[in-house]
Amino acid sequence: MSTVAVSARQITWQRRRRAAAEAWREYRRHTPGMVGLAILAIAVAVALAAPLLADSAGLHAVNTAANPAWANPSKFGPLGTDHLGRSVMTQFIWGSRISLLVGLAATVLAMVVGAVVGIAAGFLGGWIEAVLMRVTEWFLVIPFLPLAIVLAAVLGPSIQNIIFVIGITSWPAPARLIRAQVLTLKERLYVDRSRALGASDWHLMTRHVLPNVSGLIIANTTLTVPVAILSETTLSFLGLGDPSRASWGKMLQESFQAGALTQQAWWYYVPPGIGILLVVLAFTLCGQALEEVLDPRLRDRRA
Amino acid sequence: MSARFVTAKVLGSLATLAFVVAFNFFLFRVVEGDPVASLFRGRNLSQSQRAELTRQFGLDGSTGEQFVRYVGQTAQLNLGRTYSNNQPVASEIWHKAGPTVALVGISTLLSTIFGVMLGIAAGWRRRTKTDYAVTSFTMATYAMPEFWLGMLLLTGLAVGLGWFPVGGIVDPNSDATGLAKLADQAKHMFLPGLTLTLAYLGEYALVMRSSLLETMREDYLVLARAKGLRDIVVRNRHAVPNALLPVVTLIAINFGFVLSGAIAVEAIFSWPGLGLATYDALQGPDLPMLQGLFLVFSGAVIAANLFADLLYGYLDPRVRTA
Repeated sequence: MSTVAVSARQITWQRRRRAAAEAWREYRRHTPGMVGLAILAIAVAVALAAPLLADSAGLHAVNTAANPAWANPSKFGPLGTDHLGRSVMTQFIWGSRISLLVGLAATVLAMVVGAVVGIAAGFLGGWIEAVLMRVTEWFLVIPFLPLAIVLAAVLGPSIQNIIFVIGITSWPAPARLIRAQVLTLKERLYVDRSRALGASDWHLMTRHVLPNVSGLIIANTTLTVPVAILSETTLSFLGLGDPSRASWGKMLQESFQAGALTQQAWWYYVPPGIGILLVVLAFTLCGQALEEVLDPRLRDRRA
Repeated sequence: MSARFVTAKVLGSLATLAFVVAFNFFLFRVVEGDPVASLFRGRNLSQSQRAELTRQFGLDGSTGEQFVRYVGQTAQLNLGRTYSNNQPVASEIWHKAGPTVALVGISTLLSTIFGVMLGIAAGWRRRTKTDYAVTSFTMATYAMPEFWLGMLLLTGLAVGLGWFPVGGIVDPNSDATGLAKLADQAKHMFLPGLTLTLAYLGEYALVMRSSLLETMREDYLVLARAKGLRDIVVRNRHAVPNALLPVVTLIAINFGFVLSGAIAVEAIFSWPGLGLATYDALQGPDLPMLQGLFLVFSGAVIAANLFADLLYGYLDPRVRTA
């Protein structure tokens, strides 16, 4: 006779899988959320498949007979060429990588800082909370774009710096949200019970508080990515992006500085804008759908 | 409002301002190198000329001495001199604030009015065509970079159709004065103003809509309907005034961004304000100018936040003790 030994860990994972399946069933019913997810899937596929879709040598091509400058889409490739004769389509495809990468990486940085600050402040309380929340207030009040601009100007233009700058200016809002949630969580009975059984603060924070705010963190992440992508666009437009890599924001900057507006070279500056618009919209739709899945009270607000 | 509430809010704002001043100083000291050397590269400077320039830019002495001097000068509104044309930063900023306040102030005002109207229309007629149209429109304007919207309007209406000038604040070939000059300026302001109005309007519409939806669940609205008031009276007398509260706070806070809100849009339309000044200072980079701009932008936001807090305390008695 064989007894099936089920460890506590396995039970936990079974429960989590069930909860995830339940959430997915709920999410699938949410049409705007599914539309957003589909757009994101396409965007990520394009970004990942960039080397297959367009030769990166096209990013450095210069004005030749085959690559005339300012060629409109009927004369060259699907989207024409820019002031240097480079294919706009190639830049658009490769640019999606940087725009998505910066948006995602900056958001992860912001959420990690925000979660650590929010959980520590909310759970530990006392002087730690007072100090952390004072610093959070300060960062909330300093206007985001000017702060990002001076930081980027001081640190110099590079992809790591732009991720750092956006991440470090985006954490206060999530930190405040997470703290508010933690304040209600730490009064729950199961936290008291665990503490009575001798659990340390660290154990309580990582095993009881963190899993319970993870839904909030995920929904907030999805809603922070679009803000980060828009920030990357603006910073790149102001010349603070990585000068050696194409991104959608940098395409807008170069098209503006090269005079695409007076040339009426719409094929140069319209596609990156549409790319940003679609990706930001998609993340926003997904984020709102996730919020509603995770917080049933919000379902009523849907339009 | 209690004196204690006001004092606490004012002291909090002053602490934030002190933090910004200190942060501003140390942030710009992270930059390595010698600005004097890089500015006058290729020119023969004598030892005394170099020392004189270093003193002019406030770069002599230890970091501690520089900090004390910086705080003292900032308190007297002396923000140093620009690298680009060696003018006092404070007067440069002062001269460029006017066009920005005019452009962003008018746009904020218009977007508030239209945004609140759209929000009311969408929220009151929930799940109708109006609601879906307003919600989609606000989502779309939120999702596009505002300067890209400006690029589209500029190429469409100014370069393409030629209805509006492509940039600047006045026609440089015109010597019009008085009303004619004002009309010329209004014409130049139209496109950047339209861009910013469209860009800001979505936020007000969304906040107004959700605030109105919240208010519509209140018992006093049910009562207002039950006693037989007409729909329009229920909306304008009972629902909207109560739902306006969060929007009023948002407006007060957003007025803090009037100075810094239009950096990229001003660059697109060559609007000679603080945004274009920031854009130009970044090309140098002209660090004293950026430092001064950052201080002014932050100060404006801190002041607006304080104002919003006090206004909220005045309008909503529940938060006065907070």
